[in-house]
Amino acid sequence: MSSRIVHIARNTFREAVRDRVLYNLIAFALLLSGAAILVGQISIDIERLVVINLGLTAVSLFGVVIAIFIGIGLVSKEIEKRTLYTVLSRPVRRWEFIVGKFFGLAGTLVVNTVFMAIGVFGALLYVAHKFTKPDGLILVALYFIILEFLIICSLALLFSSFSSPLLSAVFAFSLFVIGSFSDDLRGFAAMAHGMTRWVATGAAYLVPNFSALNVISAVAHQQPMGSQLILQNTLYALFYTAMALSGAVLIFERRNLK
Amino acid sequence: MKTERQRTTIIAAVCFAVSMAACVLLLRKIDQIRPQATLEDALYINSPKMIKRASLGFDGLMACIYWTRTVQYFGHRHFDSAHTYNELAPLLEITTALDPHLLPAYQFGASFLAPKPPGGAGQPERAIHLMEYGIQHNPDNWRLYYDLGFVYYTELKDYKNAAQVFEKGSNVPNSHPYMKIMAAQMAAHAGDLATARMLWTATYETSYETNIRLNAIEHLRSIKVDEDVTNLESAVSQFREHTGRFPSSMSELAVAEHSRGIPVDPDGNPYIMTPDGQVLVQNPDNFSFITKGVPPGYKAPPPKFHTQG
Repeated sequence: MSSRIVHIARNTFREAVRDRVLYNLIAFALLLSGAAILVGQISIDIERLVVINLGLTAVSLFGVVIAIFIGIGLVSKEIEKRTLYTVLSRPVRRWEFIVGKFFGLAGTLVVNTVFMAIGVFGALLYVAHKFTKPDGLILVALYFIILEFLIICSLALLFSSFSSPLLSAVFAFSLFVIGSFSDDLRGFAAMAHGMTRWVATGAAYLVPNFSALNVISAVAHQQPMGSQLILQNTLYALFYTAMALSGAVLIFERRNLK
Repeated sequence: MKTERQRTTIIAAVCFAVSMAACVLLLRKIDQIRPQATLEDALYINSPKMIKRASLGFDGLMACIYWTRTVQYFGHRHFDSAHTYNELAPLLEITTALDPHLLPAYQFGASFLAPKPPGGAGQPERAIHLMEYGIQHNPDNWRLYYDLGFVYYTELKDYKNAAQVFEKGSNVPNSHPYMKIMAAQMAAHAGDLATARMLWTATYETSYETNIRLNAIEHLRSIKVDEDVTNLESAVSQFREHTGRFPSSMSELAVAEHSRGIPVDPDGNPYIMTPDGQVLVQNPDNFSFITKGVPPGYKAPPPKFHTQG
């Protein structure tokens, strides 16, 4: 990887930390420890399930919110502050700027997820008193969540490369919601006829399929994850991210920054 | 300048604390004025499918939330000795639709639904429907067959179906050996106290959940009282046949029966003999599920905690 990309990524990460993004970990810790203690008293026989479901859902939602709200400002903020011109006046290509920003944001989310994962396992140890072999499946769910973040980061960057922060947030969040319904969208397409079928099928394949990356419930019930699913989800996320990043680069390369 | 800032900080902090306390107090007052407006009595969305869609894929967490809500709803209604549990079945249906593998919702849910009020909702058919849905989605779980058989046995006294369900469950891989025995016992001696004792012993021995085990103990204690009272009343009848009168006390009966001491209930309290030869327990309230040994007109309080039948 070009050293220029690494520099941009490192600065993006530092900026996110300076913006106190990692403060969300405090809210996460409070949420999880509160749930772990409280749920045993107000419910029956689901302490372990709640810790896994709530923990992984919180990791996912916190990450999505961070990805969207930081991602949408990555380009526009640099333009607004006029720091982009300083960067681009050096021997840095536009695509390197976009890719560096992406890796910086993705790195921030990975670090955030690692800390949250420690919290999830800590809470699990608190309620179950020991780890069992199937608890290792939680790592698969966390891995899929990181793949989900990669897609959302790239989408946020894509929208950020041509739109205002507010609209970018709306677009990215809408795609997150639609992507969660992608299975339904495909079902709808299968039921439709004629032109509607083509449009719906196209839309169903264009939006990111987040439902395939959400295995939280299955992991909570210790259902095994096939290696094929892991492999294909990885490839899907990487290709989708590459597609969105390529789109962002294409737009940003042609954007008039004057 | 610094003093003024400090003063402002103190005043703001006091205002914050006072306002917060006032809000809490007011909310408590408002809740007292309109207790019917609490969330547990309202189910705004009845469609499990719609809730599943709205959960954006996080249906596992939603199921946990709905299950907790179900437990809270049942707990409140049960505590109030309510006779209607209108939202219980829909809450359970939503919970299990969100997560068809959430086993506690079937296990406990059926025991919330099946018993007659105030012990439960008095809806054994809904309980059976719930368990069948559970078996459909978890066909390898013998425990669900066991719980379904239990509903047939305890609530509907449908021994034929109970035997069939236990038989089916006994064919599930890794099922407990008790299942085969229960299928046979159910077919031959379904109405006996011995069968009931065997079922509750199986429940106690095969469950890891504290509440279920405690409840099984509660049932076993009551079955012991029923058996004791049956045996003692039979002894009283024999005594009367031989002497032409009822025994004057439990001591006299013990002597006539060559017993080592006065018979006592599981709490260690001696059974009482009435002048007309009836055998009673001293504190029937301590045995939630007894059917014998209670004075005429006795009204049992609702069971302390009821999970299975």
